[in-house]
Amino acid sequence: MDLASQLPSLLGLAWLLPLASFVLILFFGPRMGSHGRNAAWVATAAIVTSLVLSLVAFVAWLGAHPVSAVDHGGHGDHGAAHATEHASGHAGEHGGKGHGDAGGHHAAAGPVAYAGDWYTLYEGGRLKLSIGWYIDSITILMFVVVTFIATCIHVYASGYMHDELHDVTDHDVTLADGHHLHRPGRFSRFFQALSLFCFSMLGIVIAGNLAMVFVFWELVGICSWFLIGFYYERKSASTAANKAFIVNRVGDFGMLIGLMALWGAVGTLHFADVTTTAADGGAVRTPGLFSLFRPAAADHALRIPDGMVKFEAADAVARVAADHAASPADAASEIASRTPDWRSMGYGNWLLFIAGVGIFCGCVGKSAQFPLFVWLPDAMEGPTPVSALVHSATMVAAGVYLVGRFYPVLSPDVLLVIAYVGAITLFIAATIALVANDIKRVLAYSTVSQLGYMMLALGVGGWVAGLFHLVTHAFFKSLLFLCSGSVIHACHTNDMRKMGGLAKVMPATAFTMLVGCLAIIGAGIPFVIGLSGYYSKDSILAQALSFSQANPRHAILFYAVAGGAFLTAFYMFRLWFMTFAGKPRDHHVAEHAHESPQVMVMPLLVLAVLAVVAGWTLPGGLGIANLIEQSRPAGTAATATGGFAFGSLTIPAEHLSHGEPFHSIATLTAFGTALGGVLLAAAMYLWGVISPSVVATLFGPVYGFLAHRWYFDELYHAIFVLPVKGLAAVASGIDQGLIDPLINGLAWSARQVAGLDAWIDRTLVDGLVNATANATWSAGLELKKLQTGSLRQYVVFIAAGTVAVFVLTSILFKTSLPV
Amino acid sequence: MNPAFAVSVPLLGLISEPVSVAHYLVVGAILFVAGVACMAVKRNALGVLMGIELVLNGANVNFVAFASPYLQAEGGRSIGLDGQVFALFVILLAAAEAAVALAITLNFYNNHATVDIDRADDLKG
Repeated sequence: MDLASQLPSLLGLAWLLPLASFVLILFFGPRMGSHGRNAAWVATAAIVTSLVLSLVAFVAWLGAHPVSAVDHGGHGDHGAAHATEHASGHAGEHGGKGHGDAGGHHAAAGPVAYAGDWYTLYEGGRLKLSIGWYIDSITILMFVVVTFIATCIHVYASGYMHDELHDVTDHDVTLADGHHLHRPGRFSRFFQALSLFCFSMLGIVIAGNLAMVFVFWELVGICSWFLIGFYYERKSASTAANKAFIVNRVGDFGMLIGLMALWGAVGTLHFADVTTTAADGGAVRTPGLFSLFRPAAADHALRIPDGMVKFEAADAVARVAADHAASPADAASEIASRTPDWRSMGYGNWLLFIAGVGIFCGCVGKSAQFPLFVWLPDAMEGPTPVSALVHSATMVAAGVYLVGRFYPVLSPDVLLVIAYVGAITLFIAATIALVANDIKRVLAYSTVSQLGYMMLALGVGGWVAGLFHLVTHAFFKSLLFLCSGSVIHACHTNDMRKMGGLAKVMPATAFTMLVGCLAIIGAGIPFVIGLSGYYSKDSILAQALSFSQANPRHAILFYAVAGGAFLTAFYMFRLWFMTFAGKPRDHHVAEHAHESPQVMVMPLLVLAVLAVVAGWTLPGGLGIANLIEQSRPAGTAATATGGFAFGSLTIPAEHLSHGEPFHSIATLTAFGTALGGVLLAAAMYLWGVISPSVVATLFGPVYGFLAHRWYFDELYHAIFVLPVKGLAAVASGIDQGLIDPLINGLAWSARQVAGLDAWIDRTLVDGLVNATANATWSAGLELKKLQTGSLRQYVVFIAAGTVAVFVLTSILFKTSLPV
Repeated sequence: MNPAFAVSVPLLGLISEPVSVAHYLVVGAILFVAGVACMAVKRNALGVLMGIELVLNGANVNFVAFASPYLQAEGGRSIGLDGQVFALFVILLAAAEAAVALAITLNFYNNHATVDIDRADDLKG
């Protein structure tokens, strides 16, 4: 079998299995064993099967397109080769003729992608909405990562959620009568939502067009709402769920604008070209977004499509059309010939910018970037496995993934916006994490900060660096969250100030969490070997440095990354020291602490191993970075220049950052800052050389500012919530003072009219009808008297009657008989 | 004969005339009236049934008279066999009716131990 037909089936099945599990649990969940105990098995079986299918697809991919080390030099010269690769990659999408044979050839360079549609929802004019796939190496990589982490978390959650297997008394909810809430367990419901979430996330990853991405984007949002609000009786949980959902809506609004800008101007949302079937020759029917924005004719350089140019130059187009009103064909050719002029005049730039920033807005919401990051820390109200899966490893990764997928369409200006948003996010979140005392909130802000890293990496041209960090981060952040869950499970509190010295009682958790902390700060022996974060973070730093040197005005981006690395090291080790090192601070907590059950520890160990090795590149080039490099969008390998809104920009080619001097400087910077952060944390929280409370008093105002999370919640409360509430009060006043009396007056007059109507009805109409009935009744009574029951009387009546009729007839009618 | 007398006593002139349809009609009428009177005055149900028989047979006499060709004046026309057939039908009906009526009477007797039709006023309105 060839890959082009294998991959969609394998990944499609892997995608749909969690949906099947969701449907099963939805209908039969509570009946699966006592309290739905077996729902965990159903969901886990589905996700494990998905994992196996993804791995099979992964192996099949590696077989057809072996990953080799990237040749750092002369990458940009492959433009012509890219063109053919790209075209033939698409030719294989329906029939895949001869694709397997050409596999070795493809692996050299250039993106290989398979695209197609399973089901067309609607097709009319240029609009085609479909359920389709776009599969390249990052799709498969994301499938493996998502299903793998989801598997670990399903296993972990089947232990973690055991409280839900019987009736639960929720001590965080006090009812009106002063008692705590007592409710049945919701074990199966948890796994039901988890399955739906996996389905939605995989849907985003496999989606072949932006419309489908948007659908699953929203599905992910609603799953997040279900899961954050799992303990929905708690006010804080339901508020957090609503907050996450509403804040995401803000971003999705921008995304809708971006989608409309794209669709309105270029008329397609498909990533890849839509071709006819192989039987019909496989010709390109509608070009996809990638080939529209980076046409092979222009050597895959970003060129604004004709549609966007004409859309923005609508006035000029209308004038040309008016001049050639007599002949539409002339007008069309004239417009076509003048389109390049318009393009060079700058028409279409803004539309491209709006489309890019619009799509990015959606990613800002989903990936918790500034200024919409406020929902993520609150989302920690959900159960810890949810935090690990949804809010660290996958859902928030969707935004980064989409920026990566959409990368060919993003202009340098948009990339700069992305880079700055990422930089601001990573700095703000890292500073807040310094002072947070809730173990899960530290991790949540750390997630926000790391997502900022990824966005920044993508923004400065580090396409591989950003996605690489996405994958490694998924491993170590889910590990960290599961470890924190294990700690919370043991201590029944989230407050790190009550922990301490836990390494003795829960060594496995302490060790795996240490591995996670080392991975996230990018620990390693410089230039030799390191944990997964070492590789991905170094490549981000190197690319940021490369960008800063190419654009000295934006050098601050590099300092943000370097400073962020220092802060990351500090707050992660502050967390670890406060939790596991030293002496117990709260004896009540320490006495109850215990190591978690095997079912929870095993996923930690597995994830810990991956957090160590995920960044490694095997001899021969097999490694995640090189795998991602396989899918590099055509035309993005070379250094690009451009920019109109923020001055001229240079996006340096990513392979430059692997060379000197960037690589060495980045590695040493990362190592130095991380070491500094760890040492400072150790000085403050392990050795007690510097007292944290003294530092807090010394920097009182700053500490307060950070402890209040930069007053973002208060700020949003003041500038968004309060005005909206004021507006609502005014609207409610108008409603009650103006509209209600009006409506009530109308109702009152209607009542009066109805009263009059009723009187007419009762007296006149009813009277008439009743009078008729009465007359009939009394006539009946009178006639009844004739029925005497006496036969003899009847005979007389008959005789007399006959005579009477005869007499009457002879009087009234003259007989016509002849006499 | 005094014409004035003839006017004051109609049909008296028939006595002196040869037997014709009119004579039969007189007999039929007498039977009929006797029957009606019998039905009107008898309290005994059987008596009423006899009255009915009289009424029917009065009618039969008329039919038969109209059917007979011999009773017609010269050149007159009779209704022919139709009359005979009607008479047969009437006899048939009378028989059936008598059977039904006797059954009713018998049942009435079983229930009320009498055949006085003045007591049969259950259908009084």
